[in-house]
Amino acid sequence: MRFLGLSARTWAIIIAAIVLALMAPLFILNKFNTFQFAYVWALAIALIGLNILTGYSGQISLGNGAFMAVGAYTTAILYFKLKVPYGWTILPAGLVAGLAGYLFGFPALKLSGLYLALATFALALSASPVIKNFGDLTHGHEGIVLPQAEDPLGLGLTNEQWVYYLALIIAVVLFLFARAMLSGATGRALRAVRDSETAAAASGISLTYYKTMAFGVSAFYAGIAGSLFATITAYVSPDSFDLPLSLGLLVGMVVGGLGTLAGPVLGATFVIWLPIYAQSIFKNKPDIAYGVILILLMFLLPQGIAGGIGRLVAWYRRRSTEVGPPADEEEVVHEFAVRNSTGE
Amino acid sequence: MLLAAASAAQGVIQQIVSGLATGGVYASLALALVLIYRSMEALNFAQGEMAMFSTFIAWTLISVVHLNYYLAFAITIAVSMVGGFLLERVVIRPVEKAPPLTVVLVTLGLFFVINGMAGLIWQYVIKAFPGPPGFPQAPVSLGGVSVGIQDLFLIGVTVVLLAILYAFFRYTKLGLAMRSAALYPETSRLLGVRTSWMLALGWGMAAGVGAVSGMLIAPIEFLDPNLMQPILLYAFAAAVLGGIENPAGAVAGGFIVGVLLALIGTYVPGARDLRLAFGLVIIVAVLLVRPGGLFGRVHVARV
Repeated sequence: MRFLGLSARTWAIIIAAIVLALMAPLFILNKFNTFQFAYVWALAIALIGLNILTGYSGQISLGNGAFMAVGAYTTAILYFKLKVPYGWTILPAGLVAGLAGYLFGFPALKLSGLYLALATFALALSASPVIKNFGDLTHGHEGIVLPQAEDPLGLGLTNEQWVYYLALIIAVVLFLFARAMLSGATGRALRAVRDSETAAAASGISLTYYKTMAFGVSAFYAGIAGSLFATITAYVSPDSFDLPLSLGLLVGMVVGGLGTLAGPVLGATFVIWLPIYAQSIFKNKPDIAYGVILILLMFLLPQGIAGGIGRLVAWYRRRSTEVGPPADEEEVVHEFAVRNSTGE
Repeated sequence: MLLAAASAAQGVIQQIVSGLATGGVYASLALALVLIYRSMEALNFAQGEMAMFSTFIAWTLISVVHLNYYLAFAITIAVSMVGGFLLERVVIRPVEKAPPLTVVLVTLGLFFVINGMAGLIWQYVIKAFPGPPGFPQAPVSLGGVSVGIQDLFLIGVTVVLLAILYAFFRYTKLGLAMRSAALYPETSRLLGVRTSWMLALGWGMAAGVGAVSGMLIAPIEFLDPNLMQPILLYAFAAAVLGGIENPAGAVAGGFIVGVLLALIGTYVPGARDLRLAFGLVIIVAVLLVRPGGLFGRVHVARV
């Protein structure tokens, strides 16, 4: 019995996790923690998107924070200037960011590996000055203060519980959407592109279509995440979308692991909670801890977690000998480990 | 009418000179990036932060220890070279054989660590960094064009730096060994070159060159832990423009980017704040039109 490429056992675990997440704000989490976990779900969405781009289509991005900014500002502007109810701004935020990502995907087609890292790094750095430059629309440095998102359904939820559930439900929906997309022909095509562009193109897979689409989808996810960030914080400012956010996404993805189901949630939990601990323990910004953990991960698991990324770049060094794509991602990960340990 | 045209021309020349000066800074940092790229085909995203850290060391020597500017300049370069060397031994060596993107992620980790350390030691407060003494702040007039003496200092230092590196790589045995280790690691190793140590030397030199760029830009931009982030982007643009494997190209690229940014910042309304985005445009445009840069070679991959 398989559904969306996952076994019944995996589904049981996923459903149990979702039930736990649904119960948590009512029984376990206090106000502060509920807020922080709302951010975790929102960030997990962005990480699912980044995973599609990097883990599946093999394109690295250091600049998805810029697409989050597009989403957040779309929501803020629609909500603040045009008085659109924020619930109706989330999808447009994703679509606008997705369009931006799709368009960025075209020049990105010509850039591989390091150069794409470079271009997206520049994208991450440019986001904040560009936002500041269009002050009429974005209020420049000051940012835009939004009204607190309140429970519109009269369920008696507090603010933080409402944004928590909003982010959680959207995350679950988008997770299922990603599974549906990746477990079928699209997922196979993307993996084929990642493993060998030449072989994929020779098999009739359009590189242009799949690579730009992956950028678009990943930016769509980032845009939704950005929109939720704006809703949860009830405030957007250019400084929320600078380089550390983009690099934080990358750290989250690497920490969570590429191509694993739990990766985005683990990665998001790490990225959101580390600064809080860093603040209380080291009395400092989380930068040093981020950096040390990133470096240690590369040392200890160079081919394990990050091997996914490295492998994408090194794809041309070895030919894949597998006949068909494995049915389950966990098996793929296992296979990487086996191959690497045998030095193949 | 004629006068107006003449003064407009002088204005343009003035901008070109000041663009060349900041371009020198981009060129030095780009040179550092190229040094590392040539030896390990990886981009060092921490290069700017390393330069920033060096600049803080120089600031401490000048403003806290009250050393002479030029002495502090020299000590900082020496300390940075040792620091870069050690950094390679400790942090990069374990991933030397790993794919380039693993190295990139490690340098991003370094980016965080160095930025955080600088913030911890020197705080996120901007500090004034002195310019070179003996070079007056006031501009001089050369044929009606007023030129900053400090600008000339910047350009001069960059040119001297390039000359020293050229001489080193061209005429010394160590330079030859470093070049051969970068181009033919296997063969070099068979011939007795310790390629891994050459890599560390490359990092040391890059750190030294980067330190120069930081100390040159700090009097213009003020010193804080985020000083070098935009500079790094421009240096990337310069390196890509000049061909990422070509040191002379990187320097030329740095000067071109500097002049372009100065002209655009002055003559295109509202473009000053968009200079970072302009760096992005340069990078993407060059990679699309001439992937090898202006002076680089294009690699053809065999399938």
